[in-house]
Amino acid sequence: MSKMFSEENKAAFCNPINLNNPIAVQVLGICSALAVTSQLKPAIVMGLSVTVITAFSNLIISLLRKTIPNRIRIIVQLVVVAALVTIVSQVLKAYVYDVSVQLSVYVGLIITNCILMGRLEAFAMQNGPWSSFLDGIGNGLGYALVLVIVGFIRELFGFGTLFGFNVIPKCLTDAGYVNNGMMVMPAMSLIIVGCVIWAHRSINKEEK
Amino acid sequence: MEHIISLFVRSIFVDNMIFAFFLGMCSYLAVSKTVKTALGLGVAVTFVLLVTVPVDYALQTYVLGPDAIVKGVDLTFLAFILFIAVIAGIVQLVEMVVERFSPSLYASLGIFLPLIAVNCAIMGASLFMQQRVTMEPTNAQFIGGFGDAIAYALGSGIGWLLAIVGLAAIREKMAYTDVPKPLQGLGITFITVGLMALAFMCFSGLNI
Repeated sequence: MSKMFSEENKAAFCNPINLNNPIAVQVLGICSALAVTSQLKPAIVMGLSVTVITAFSNLIISLLRKTIPNRIRIIVQLVVVAALVTIVSQVLKAYVYDVSVQLSVYVGLIITNCILMGRLEAFAMQNGPWSSFLDGIGNGLGYALVLVIVGFIRELFGFGTLFGFNVIPKCLTDAGYVNNGMMVMPAMSLIIVGCVIWAHRSINKEEK
Repeated sequence: MEHIISLFVRSIFVDNMIFAFFLGMCSYLAVSKTVKTALGLGVAVTFVLLVTVPVDYALQTYVLGPDAIVKGVDLTFLAFILFIAVIAGIVQLVEMVVERFSPSLYASLGIFLPLIAVNCAIMGASLFMQQRVTMEPTNAQFIGGFGDAIAYALGSGIGWLLAIVGLAAIREKMAYTDVPKPLQGLGITFITVGLMALAFMCFSGLNI
């Protein structure tokens, strides 16, 4: 039991959430991060889907790592990921249909998300199943964290709502407060992610 | 014919892969340091799109679509696995053909050619094509035949090329500016792309 929660495993789980964040530091998986964050709910669903898929693809590839011939490993990895994405996409369609319509092609695009291939190549091919699983969850949550921050900012200022509930008090709107329509546009997500990276780098520099 | 031209122009400017859908962002940010390499990658992406989208269109219409093989059977859920296999296979094929018939182009594209297999822009174009097949024929985004599929692929590729060459040119000039330290590199690139996306938004009223 003590081996399961060793220092290394803790590092595999915690590092990607902050210090080695997949979006802010490694710059992986940007495409979907920008496209699904106009509201909080799809951002959270997307973050959780990616977490589940990274964790299980890491686990499966790590179990298979000694039997996969080196030459065809990319194809094997792609097939495992594509199968998991198909399962997640069917589950989303069955239980949260409206969100899956909102996410549209970006669920399918998790296959080509660089976080997955990056983690499989860099971590799961060399490490045991349990630490690979933790690494997958850590990276997925690090990705989800940035999605939630961007989604929160964009929904709050763009629509004046959070999870679809109105949070801007009526006295403010009476006093002339207007939602910022720019936030809803795709261009703003790029600028907000740029600012998140800026903030992340400034804070981490101070710690050193 | 009018529909094909309108589809072509729209996919360059209005439905631009980078500025409207953020597809292929990872390689877009990583390879846009100099204009020359950016141009090489842009041409390679356009070329691969031009081959994969019509092939995936054929797959979608004659194999996957509802009632395509057996009456009453809808195999659309297999799309992710089939499309990624087709893309990986075609990239491999294109690589071999280019190496055999044009070694100079092969040498100039270098590592980018195999990496295109995991570029989201390629997979994204196929998934958007799958979505657009089911639209109303009067819709400007409708894809109803091989001509439409080719026009869409070519337009998306050229749009991507335009975006990456533009960003590379800006980044070459930006090397001489004084950017705050934490914002240097990635942060300022995101904000630049955001501003470029804002500029491209003025095409959204384009109607042909």
